[in-house]
Amino acid sequence: MTKLFVPAIALAAIMFAVAPWLINGAPYESTMGLVQKIFYFHLPSWFVMFTAVLTAGVAGAVHLFGRNARADRVALAAVEVAAVFGLIGLITGPLWARKAWGVWWQWDAKLTAALVLELILIAYMLLRRYGGPGSERLASGLAIFGMANVPFVYWAANLWRTVHPKPTVVPTLGPGMRGALWWCVAAFMLLGAAAFGARMRLERLRTEVDELYLED
Amino acid sequence: MKAFATIAWLVMRKDLTIEVRSREIVYTTLFFAVSCVLVFAFSFVRDGRALDDAAAGILWIAIAFAGTLALGRAFERERQSETLQALLLAPTDRPAIFTGKLLGLLILLGGVEIVLVPIVGLLFQAPIFARPMLLAFLLAAGTVGFVAVGTLFAAMLVRSKSRDVLLPVLLYPVTIPVIIAGVRGTAALFQAEVDEPMARLWITMLVAFDAVFVTLALWTFEPVMTE
Amino acid sequence: MDRIHTDRGLIEFDTLSFDDVSRRFGRRRALAHVTLECRAGEVIGLLGPNGAGKSTLLAIAATLMSPSTGAVRYGSLTARQAGGELRARIGLLAHDLYLYPELTAIENLEFFGRLYLLPDPRRRAEAALDRAGLASRAGEPVLAFSRGMRQRLALERALLHEPRLVLLDEPFTGLDDESSRRLIDRLSALRSGGAIVVVSTHDLEAVEGLVDRVAVLRDGRLAAVEQRPAALRDTYRRLV
Repeated sequence: MTKLFVPAIALAAIMFAVAPWLINGAPYESTMGLVQKIFYFHLPSWFVMFTAVLTAGVAGAVHLFGRNARADRVALAAVEVAAVFGLIGLITGPLWARKAWGVWWQWDAKLTAALVLELILIAYMLLRRYGGPGSERLASGLAIFGMANVPFVYWAANLWRTVHPKPTVVPTLGPGMRGALWWCVAAFMLLGAAAFGARMRLERLRTEVDELYLED
Repeated sequence: MKAFATIAWLVMRKDLTIEVRSREIVYTTLFFAVSCVLVFAFSFVRDGRALDDAAAGILWIAIAFAGTLALGRAFERERQSETLQALLLAPTDRPAIFTGKLLGLLILLGGVEIVLVPIVGLLFQAPIFARPMLLAFLLAAGTVGFVAVGTLFAAMLVRSKSRDVLLPVLLYPVTIPVIIAGVRGTAALFQAEVDEPMARLWITMLVAFDAVFVTLALWTFEPVMTE
Repeated sequence: MDRIHTDRGLIEFDTLSFDDVSRRFGRRRALAHVTLECRAGEVIGLLGPNGAGKSTLLAIAATLMSPSTGAVRYGSLTARQAGGELRARIGLLAHDLYLYPELTAIENLEFFGRLYLLPDPRRRAEAALDRAGLASRAGEPVLAFSRGMRQRLALERALLHEPRLVLLDEPFTGLDDESSRRLIDRLSALRSGGAIVVVSTHDLEAVEGLVDRVAVLRDGRLAAVEQRPAALRDTYRRLV
């Protein structure tokens, strides 16, 4: 994992450097114009976040039921990565909304669901930090509950908003946009994977230090 | 299967016996719930009339806050004599113990709601008797979801540091769907023109939530409680 | 004789063995590489200063905790292999007495009797109260009891289901001489009945003559195991 880290970061950096050109070259979206281009960073952030959340949920289950210590490290690293990229999504979302529709927050289903999920991720981190020894198992339980919660939050937020008119959030994808979008998705995924790898390594080293500390 | 039901019933009866004797949790929870309602009422009543849908929101917030208090208190009691350990030491199915505790807390919170709903109806002129069966079912379905997740979280936190503050921190985000469904469903039933189909939709969602999360709780109770 | 089922369908085992057991809590090491075997018909005294790991060892033996490394075997089986039925053969009297203060003495015993799915729990509870000398206080809530009375009741609760493995964490705390003597007689009777008895204590005089072997814990390690020490206090002082 260590060997791949530097090339991964380097590649991601290059991809991010190239990205603005591609984004610039992509055609304007019909209704929103320039503002829509934030979407090229907004959507990939969500991709990484949801992948990370899924990883965390599965790793939590493996840790809890399979008593696998490594799975616990995977869950922790995945939750942190998800929280960071979720935050990027939650910042770019309102920025976009403000410019496109004049309000910072619209209570639309996706953004609301994302906010709730972000809260659950932060709760996970608080639990691990302040719960004392033994909170790893509890946190894995929370991760499972959090993951199971996602469809319900989305369903509820969606149902809630059908009463009010909602603007279309997902723009129509014109042909020229696809290339730039997938480029950015790849760049974000690479960055996410590199961050995940680094965090895993940190946690593994921390566990090793604890073990050495306790050695006879 | 029979042993499961016997143990769950035994644990529930024990909890209720203790509660009936001291009445501590039921009195304090009820009082707290009513205080909650008043505090929120002052924020949402203008010119003597409540804002639209305020009654529904206030009712569910009071249930959520009071419920969290009751959950914390119930498990604090078990912690004082470490009797939860004694329960886990028994040769029975651990999920049976969870079920017993869940049922006891449901009855407790149900009792609080029976008093709270008429009070809310009175203070906000909410038509609680317009569709009483639907309202009762909605409250029951929502309470089951909230208490199921709450019982699991409160039990698993019983030996943690900072457990008092961690319980709401963990519980509220995960039970947001219950709150949304509860509030919107109740609001639909409190409207001047009752929106039955909408209420039924919310009830369906709550029932689905209950099915999924009670199962999850039963499933994760044992691994999460063993150190 | 490792895993036979008696006519009540219970698990039996003759030995309790700790195999290189270690337990840590975060960065704190509670037990380190403890290897010990306890046999049926034996009383083992667990000695050591506060924080030596005695309570942790007993909790692990009771299946309330699993070791961080190493294994605990009941006969030839670990707790996981033996399943939930194993707990029906273990009785634990811990620091926290596991009694519900709001319930009466008889209600407490009956509750645990039913929890352990014992036949005729009421009669057993009444008999247990007689043995504890608390029959006259059966209908009183436990919060009215003194520490010594609660200790006696808790002991009966721990032994209600006739466990094979009896674990006692500082059982002599708060007992007067009379009750201490009764407890020692009780433990001797258990030993004769073929139980494995592990007692952790500070009260050296009380267990002198009772214990067959002494295991001394210090900083989570097993400092020594001595067979039938003649003068317990000197032994203890020497080893700790």
